[in-house]
Amino acid sequence: MSVPDASLVVSDLHVQFGAFVAVHDVSFDAHPGEVRFLIGPNGAGKTTCIDAITGLSKGTGTARFGDKELLGSPAQKIVRLGVGRTFQTASVFAQLSVLQNLDIAAGLRRSPVSLLRARRGVDASVERALEETGLGTVRDLPAGMLSHGQKQWLEIGMLLVQDAKVLLLDEPVAGMSQDERTATGELLGRVAANRVVVVVEHDMDFMRSFATRVTVLHQGRVLSEGSVAEIQADPRVQEVYLGTAGALSGALAPGAEEVD
Amino acid sequence: MTKFTTRLPLIGIGVFAVLLLVVAPAVLSEHWISNLGKYCCLAIAAVGIGLAWGRGGMLVMGQGVFFGLGAYAMAMHLTLETAGPGALPGFMILYDPLAPLPAFWEPFRSEVFTLVAIVLLPVIVSAILGYALFKRRVKGAYFAILTQALAVALAVLISSTIRETGGDTGLSNFKYFFGYVLNDEANKLMVYLIAAALLVVCLLAVWQFNRSRFGELLVATRDAEERVRFLGYDPANIKLFAFVVAAVMASIGGAMFVPIVGIITPQEIGASASILMIAGVALGGRASLFGPALGAMAIGWGQSSLGSSWPEGWIYILGLIFIFVILFLPMGLSSLFDRAKGLIRRSSDEPGPATPELREVVK
Repeated sequence: MSVPDASLVVSDLHVQFGAFVAVHDVSFDAHPGEVRFLIGPNGAGKTTCIDAITGLSKGTGTARFGDKELLGSPAQKIVRLGVGRTFQTASVFAQLSVLQNLDIAAGLRRSPVSLLRARRGVDASVERALEETGLGTVRDLPAGMLSHGQKQWLEIGMLLVQDAKVLLLDEPVAGMSQDERTATGELLGRVAANRVVVVVEHDMDFMRSFATRVTVLHQGRVLSEGSVAEIQADPRVQEVYLGTAGALSGALAPGAEEVD
Repeated sequence: MTKFTTRLPLIGIGVFAVLLLVVAPAVLSEHWISNLGKYCCLAIAAVGIGLAWGRGGMLVMGQGVFFGLGAYAMAMHLTLETAGPGALPGFMILYDPLAPLPAFWEPFRSEVFTLVAIVLLPVIVSAILGYALFKRRVKGAYFAILTQALAVALAVLISSTIRETGGDTGLSNFKYFFGYVLNDEANKLMVYLIAAALLVVCLLAVWQFNRSRFGELLVATRDAEERVRFLGYDPANIKLFAFVVAAVMASIGGAMFVPIVGIITPQEIGASASILMIAGVALGGRASLFGPALGAMAIGWGQSSLGSSWPEGWIYILGLIFIFVILFLPMGLSSLFDRAKGLIRRSSDEPGPATPELREVVK
């Protein structure tokens, strides 16, 4: 299933803010066809990993997508290599319509001159993303009017339009209803068929239902890695999560803040 | 209906053009035509500010710099044209009749060079400045203060180089404008018509920018710069483009200001002049198409009528208008227009859900 040259391989990733080591030699890989989860308690360094891979924070080590090294490039270059991300708080362009949001995402393949022309018609990639995310009925609505869940789907839709081969999603289901979570999980499953999907999550139910493989981070280090069943059986994970039996059974402080 | 609403701005520009180019010359006296020409020049700069500030979120507090570049380029050419071929400008003879013409003046004898310089000088300066600032992600108040400081610096530089630039007295007494005698009524009208036409062209340019993908991208950058970065664009380039366009417009406004008003001094390009440009844009509505131009024209009109007849009062009135607009109409007077439209729409289709947004959801 996994095609090596389309995989994301992170090794010995190290991120430091002053004297504070946020991420300590973290290694993991993710392949097309799997929905890869990064979980861990607050401050475990999950979001920081994503930040380093996408050029928002400085990190050392390597993060390769196929044969391309990502670390050290400016954020917009990394995007152009095919690595896209979302943020914990959905950041769509509130004043622009859903269609305009998606259209902007399609723009990085356009020539600068074509940017000076008005939009006529809708790109096929935009149509596909509208269909995939189920946002077709609200396409002319300003993105600011969307529900929280719809905003997250719009963000995922924007990643699809920009043809990202690696999707790094930061808490995509935080604040969503149960139905929306299920819909999001199914969407991720479809999307992951031919893309690398890495999900940073707090929500254990969501993880159990949709994760293919999971890496557990704790205080900036990898604590455990494996299938859902394997990490649930890992006593170290149980100790870190809630400390007692029943570990991983409940949702862990949904919406809690992460180290930026 | 949608076709009509998308065409509405274009119709507006058309009406505006007819008013400026046909109605005004037929109705107004020579004195008021000249005044209106001056307002047009300020409005040209304001249209650019509307793009950079209203759409791009860059508070350009030093547009006087670019206004000044265009104005002084034009003024130097007109001064040399007035002096005649090979001769020194009058004010230089006054200081030292034997001194050679400063090297940077020499090329401005050429008409073509002057016209090219009016466009290229602001492009070069704003591109270098913008590149340095936007790549370093300087924004907000820091950006505003920096641009403002630059306007002060240029004004001080000109004030202190009286032998080379005319200093605080500025450059004036122009007799010719590219071969045309400036003191002639028909030629004055022609200069006015050029300024008014340039204003219409700038409005058309900004209208096209706003409806283009670039316009959407600029608004997106204003609202969520980091997000734009993660769509694979460099926000610095997007802002740079808008900043350069605004600088060119300010320069064109400055260049036309010179033959219409007949004098350019450092006062016209310094800090308070730059702020007054911003004031007009804020008053009219920075993010709208017509707001900046109409606001600048209103401030210009206030300045020349009230400002000269009752200068102490005018400054207070200006301050009060500012306070009122910022408190009650943060998006300027043009937002009144949008609110009125919203009210009409709401009352006209009472049965359905109250707001257009809700109607959209129901559909």
